[in-house]
Amino acid sequence: MTPYDKLIFELSKTGRVGYQLDKPLETSFNLADELPINLKRQAQANLPEVSELDVVRHYSNVSRKNHGVETGFYPLGSCTMKYNPKINEEMASLDGFKHIHPLQPEQSTQGSLELYYQTQEMLSEITGMAAFSMNSFAGAQGELAGLMIIKAYHEHQGNTHKTKIIVPDSAHGTNPASAAVCGFDIIEVKSNPDGTVNLKALKEVLSDEVAGIMLTNPNTLGIFEKDILKISKLIHGVGGLLYYDGANLNALLGVARPGDMGFDIIHLNLHKTFSTPHGGGGPGSGPVGVVKKLKDYLPYPAVNQKRGKYVFEKPKHTIGRISGYYGNFSVVLKAYSFIRSLGKENLEQVGRLSVLNANYIKASLQDDYHLPIKKHCMHEVVFDGLKDKSSGVTTLDVAKRMLDFGIHPPTIYFPLVFHQALMIEPVENESKETLDEFIGILKQIAKEAKETPELVKNAPYHTVVRRLDEVKAARNPIVKYKDIV
Amino acid sequence: MFKYFPHTEKDIKDMLEVTKVDSIDALFNGLPTKLGYRYDYNLPRSMSENALRSHFKQLEKKNQPLITFRGGGIYDHYIPSAISEIVRREEFLTSYTPYQPEIAQGTLQYIFEFQSMICELTGMDVSNASMYDGATASAEAMFMATAITKRKKILISEALFDGVKEVIKTYAKYRQIEVIEVPSKEGHLALDLSHLEDIAGLIVQLPNKYGLIEDFSLIAQKIKENKGLMIINSDLQVHSLIKSPREMGADISIGHLQSLGMPMFFGGAHAGFLATTKEHIRKMPGRICGLTNDIDGKRGFVLTLQAREQHIRREKANSNICSNQSLMALWATIYLSLMGKQGLKEVNEQCYKNSHYLEEQLLKLESFKRVYQGFYIKEFVIETTLDRNKLETYLIKKGFLSGIMLEEKQLIFSVTERRTKEEIDQFVCEIARFEHDTLR
Repeated sequence: MTPYDKLIFELSKTGRVGYQLDKPLETSFNLADELPINLKRQAQANLPEVSELDVVRHYSNVSRKNHGVETGFYPLGSCTMKYNPKINEEMASLDGFKHIHPLQPEQSTQGSLELYYQTQEMLSEITGMAAFSMNSFAGAQGELAGLMIIKAYHEHQGNTHKTKIIVPDSAHGTNPASAAVCGFDIIEVKSNPDGTVNLKALKEVLSDEVAGIMLTNPNTLGIFEKDILKISKLIHGVGGLLYYDGANLNALLGVARPGDMGFDIIHLNLHKTFSTPHGGGGPGSGPVGVVKKLKDYLPYPAVNQKRGKYVFEKPKHTIGRISGYYGNFSVVLKAYSFIRSLGKENLEQVGRLSVLNANYIKASLQDDYHLPIKKHCMHEVVFDGLKDKSSGVTTLDVAKRMLDFGIHPPTIYFPLVFHQALMIEPVENESKETLDEFIGILKQIAKEAKETPELVKNAPYHTVVRRLDEVKAARNPIVKYKDIV
Repeated sequence: MFKYFPHTEKDIKDMLEVTKVDSIDALFNGLPTKLGYRYDYNLPRSMSENALRSHFKQLEKKNQPLITFRGGGIYDHYIPSAISEIVRREEFLTSYTPYQPEIAQGTLQYIFEFQSMICELTGMDVSNASMYDGATASAEAMFMATAITKRKKILISEALFDGVKEVIKTYAKYRQIEVIEVPSKEGHLALDLSHLEDIAGLIVQLPNKYGLIEDFSLIAQKIKENKGLMIINSDLQVHSLIKSPREMGADISIGHLQSLGMPMFFGGAHAGFLATTKEHIRKMPGRICGLTNDIDGKRGFVLTLQAREQHIRREKANSNICSNQSLMALWATIYLSLMGKQGLKEVNEQCYKNSHYLEEQLLKLESFKRVYQGFYIKEFVIETTLDRNKLETYLIKKGFLSGIMLEEKQLIFSVTERRTKEEIDQFVCEIARFEHDTLR
């Protein structure tokens, strides 16, 4: 069967509709007659005209061109592609949450506010923070809010000279980008070969101007920052603050808490650690947590509990508003459902099982793929391409070949510390059978790379499209239907 | 074990053997001893599905669903049932950023369709794959304007929604951008045209926070003469009939997309959009999807112009934004497909009838007075001598959410196509009863 290849616009036929409204009110008010001429639209918007079945069938067919967590294994490193439990979706479809206007008076939204507040409290317990704000829409925005808090705090202390943020060279790209958006100067420090912070290099850049450091722990190579307590002492010693990028928190669920390591500010990704769907790139949620002394700097509006009622508050030194309303409530709701489902006893297993899975893959593939770091990894393992690179088969080729076997490739070419990085994150939901199948496929590809390298270099063969011309797309951007008609 | 964990005891034993360690705990021996390797959370215990359902029912009951006459950026529009059914398909719901385009053509294609529809409605050349919301899209537009013009002052209309204004100010503060509010007169923008030479841009809203729709064409011209950027934040729903942002002279068109059939959901998840002219494409924040072909010449889609983004440019990126609100962009795309050319117009026509009917009925009451003369579609300001707080509480008891309180004595009501004549009449009847009881 030829794969479906139509755009919704290509189904359009003048006069078709896919909706039905109530009968209009019988009044003399008539928009068409009363619309001032200077406000009238000139060129018609060319939206498709299609029936309801046209739309449903079209998007069903389009969806089949995607690989999701329920389609197959999705070991995308640093992304924590968990199973998104069905019960969470069911809870998020309850009318009593869905149809609540954000500007309803607090007395009529106590259920939503309670859910917000209780999630904040549980996240505080899980991370060892004093308070959380759920207002940020995604991890990157959580970072930005966290950095604003750092800046506001230092300024409020009269320390306006604290303008520098330390970022290890192994950090996610959002870290330096967020620091720049927040108006900080960035000091990049070299990492040890295993991506951990090089204490000597760190000491060299320490000064009174340091506002803070941004760390991911476990780091982007899946290695626990063993010197974290020393680092925290050093940074606090110059009056700086420690920022925790929660991208890799999954490894530590039930193991250890960032707050106990000395971190002052943290952002989480509910779409990673707390099972809310990634949705093809959002909506996510990036709550920000802080220690007690930073509580008054959290974004506005904050949700609090007072005399048995839940209320919105404006923290005394708030960095201000970062979202039009209160962030992605529907996402928070799903995360709340997840935490309550798992409860204490199961949350405490998450880190252990995900770390076991990663180390199992690590041990099973080290004969075929180059493993630069031998020690135990946390929730993800990073290989540096094939062990035998003589055939010229690259990490990209390996990833593309994996597509033919129906699995989503790991994250590739990140972290930048290695040239051929393959970053594999097998979450706690994945069974030994799934991992064994994956290991088998990777071994087979390694074998193919040796025996029939061209086969791997030209992959994939069985996907709806094959390798796409990205250079052409960037050189002459075609970004809308109108550009091709 | 637990339903989301497949590990049997035997699995764990076998896996540990391959891993060459005695216990899972041993995998954590790299952690400082002070931190240990087990943390005992003080959290409630696991809940079964049944227990969870009852728990959520309890929480749900603490919310009061109301028949809403409130807007302020979030509107109770009709939601076609096909949307949530499609959006919930696992291939859309459980996938991630389309970094492996061969197995993410589904996501990439709807983003392309989304961009196409945003461009149709706004008249702009290029749209990104969506933003977090309308407020952050406004802040990102401000960053674009300051980066393009290399100026550090931005004008914003006083008549932006409060949330939007506050987000712009938060983002500006940390970048040392000066934000100047332009006042309104009679509900319309009152801009002094004589001092625009060092302005990076002007951000206005359509309809503005008073519900009024005004033509910004002349102002846009003045801004451009001074080499600033015209930025229009609008409710796309109205542009099926109203001049497109491009037709009004926008360089950047932004807005919140909730009015395109998204549930109000206590303010999120929704999405925002950001579109601009070809000239500024490389200064845009966020993801952009482009059409290309594969090695067999077959049509396909990829994320393009990624050299603008944080994962390549790090601290030199246009923005720190990493994700979009992809699934909500899909939501908007399906809504626009179902409603099509005709549906959006009909929605506006019905909003117009309903809101003007409510205004007419309220003006018949003793304590209500018209405030502005301008043109509006679904939201209007009215003045009342009644105690607005008491009125609000009274109406909540009766199951209604009344208008937002603006300045002294003013209320702004929003009436969408979802409100029936019976609901509007009942609403007015309750207000009349309250008025009667108060004035007596």
